[in-house]
Amino acid sequence: MASVTYEHVTKKFSAETTAVDDLSLAIRDTEFMVLVGPSGCGKSTALRMLAGLEEITAGEIKIDDEVVNKMAPRDRDVAMVFQSYALYPHMSVYDNMAFGLKMRGSPRTEIESRVKEAGRILRLDKLLIRKPRQLSGGQRQRVALGRAIVRHPRVFLLDEPLSNLDAMLRVQTRIELQKMHQRLGTTFIYVTHDQVEAMTMGDRIAVMKDGLLQQVAPPREIYDQPANMYVASFIGSPRMNFLPVTISDHQAKASGFELSLPKAPGVARGILGIRPEHFLPTVSGDDAIMDLKVEVLEVLGADQYLYGKVGSDDVIARVDPQLKVSVGDLVRLGINMGRLHLFNAETEKAVF
Amino acid sequence: MASLARLKVGKPGTGRVIGDRFFGRAVRIYLPLLALLVVTLFPFYWMAVTSFKSASELFDFSVSPLWVREPTLDWYQHLFTQTNFPHWAFNTAVVATVSTLISLFCSVLAGYSLARLRYRGADSIGWGIFVTYLVPPTLLFLPLTFVIRELHLFNNLWSLILTYPTFLIPFCTWMLMGFFKGIPRELEEAALVDGATRIQAMLRIAIPLALPGILAAALFAFTLSWNEFLYSLIFMNDSLVKTIPVGVTQELIHGDEFFWGELMAAALLGSVPVAVLYSFFVDHFVAGMTAGAVKG
Repeated sequence: MASVTYEHVTKKFSAETTAVDDLSLAIRDTEFMVLVGPSGCGKSTALRMLAGLEEITAGEIKIDDEVVNKMAPRDRDVAMVFQSYALYPHMSVYDNMAFGLKMRGSPRTEIESRVKEAGRILRLDKLLIRKPRQLSGGQRQRVALGRAIVRHPRVFLLDEPLSNLDAMLRVQTRIELQKMHQRLGTTFIYVTHDQVEAMTMGDRIAVMKDGLLQQVAPPREIYDQPANMYVASFIGSPRMNFLPVTISDHQAKASGFELSLPKAPGVARGILGIRPEHFLPTVSGDDAIMDLKVEVLEVLGADQYLYGKVGSDDVIARVDPQLKVSVGDLVRLGINMGRLHLFNAETEKAVF
Repeated sequence: MASLARLKVGKPGTGRVIGDRFFGRAVRIYLPLLALLVVTLFPFYWMAVTSFKSASELFDFSVSPLWVREPTLDWYQHLFTQTNFPHWAFNTAVVATVSTLISLFCSVLAGYSLARLRYRGADSIGWGIFVTYLVPPTLLFLPLTFVIRELHLFNNLWSLILTYPTFLIPFCTWMLMGFFKGIPRELEEAALVDGATRIQAMLRIAIPLALPGILAAALFAFTLSWNEFLYSLIFMNDSLVKTIPVGVTQELIHGDEFFWGELMAAALLGSVPVAVLYSFFVDHFVAGMTAGAVKG
């Protein structure tokens, strides 16, 4: 159990490539923190620096109050689950899980009881004598988790641990991971590019892009109050609609409609952000409206998505699946003003 | 429905006629293979057959030279009692084994460090080693002779044990570097996080996984030093310290007089250990040669 602190941490692989740029992030004890972002955003590098697998170019990383910059990986008392699982192919499941304890010189009886316990928790008890190549993907993944939990580390680091599993197993393992976090009461730091994993598992989410931290907040806040257009577009599926508007006082004018903003934003050019799920189901007299020319329909049973144009802008809208619409129709959509976002067109930062 | 569809689809290739396949395989695979075998094995056969012939049969041109009428072990007896062959064999074995072990030790460390550790100049060192390997022994023997003379090692097995690694280490290092590069870096990173030191990660993870490669390198190194001729010819003049290739060609041929029986017996015996080694490690050897081609 430990807290982890990144203080102005920078990682440069060369003079030109900065993987992590001035990252400051405080992860609380027992927290489940998810680092999310597209590939190459620096999230894995941030994790690897904490594990001691990458040197830190500038700044400090602390576990509890101890600076670990120069500490060897073995002395940091963290456990890591790799995307490829990195199981030792020449060792049995038992030896894979016992390796860390053996390296630390734990007594044989303790190693045995801890490995057996982890085997029971992860339903690997019958597979302990097998080699990794004789296991399915899901079993390998559990061995990788087992190797981490037998050590009772201060911090768990998970680097895209679910991305090699098929969709069904991924959902199942996601839930198991959450249970494991609750039972172990240890700090988890979880790296993923998958927004669903981030939203469902994280106590807090740190969104990264191009080595820069974009926003750190609980999932709901990330969804409700994205700090900038990047976060707004990354979280939520289908992604938020962005409509450029020119603003004079309260009035915002887009290519296909006009509306009156709740307050004057103080910028001349903005981007309106409306999530596809935030159009009003019914339109009444004084609602702000837009007319969507439907180009593509997707009926998913529970939902119906309309893809089309409002003026010259692309818009996606989720509507009642019972609504009878066909391609080419003009559909009138009401805008939920309470769910409306406005971004500064220059800085892409949220105005509200 | 899905399972039904799966039932109908057999393994690829099972639809063809059996006889047709057998004939096709024979022509495409076994015939060329047979031709290759005949060509490569014929010298060995000639060697073996000749070494068992008596002196009179050896020079009797009225009979077919391809088989023996009255096999005899005379030449082998000659070889062991009247030449220094036992010494040569012993010398060759010692030199090949020790220089292989020395070279492997250095090459495993060098190959690992070049493949894994990030340090200034790693690339240039790697290329430097490769270039060293390209310098032919026919040039290198000149300075090496000087060194050996300064060390007073002429007619001493150490002269060969120390010079063979000059070509074995670059060769094995380059080969092992490839093997270590083929082992996912993450395996050792996992070991490091798990509590291993760099050395432990190497000994417990990388080396066991590179074992096919290490065996292959060992086999190559052993064969190269077993057959080495030039350095041995230059550094060893005393009959008792010669190695098989030099002893055989120098002492079983006098001017234009060839002692064919002993020559063939010695050549056959000289090639046996390498052949035995190869067949013993053939599985590992093949695995080593093809490592990385497919995921195990």
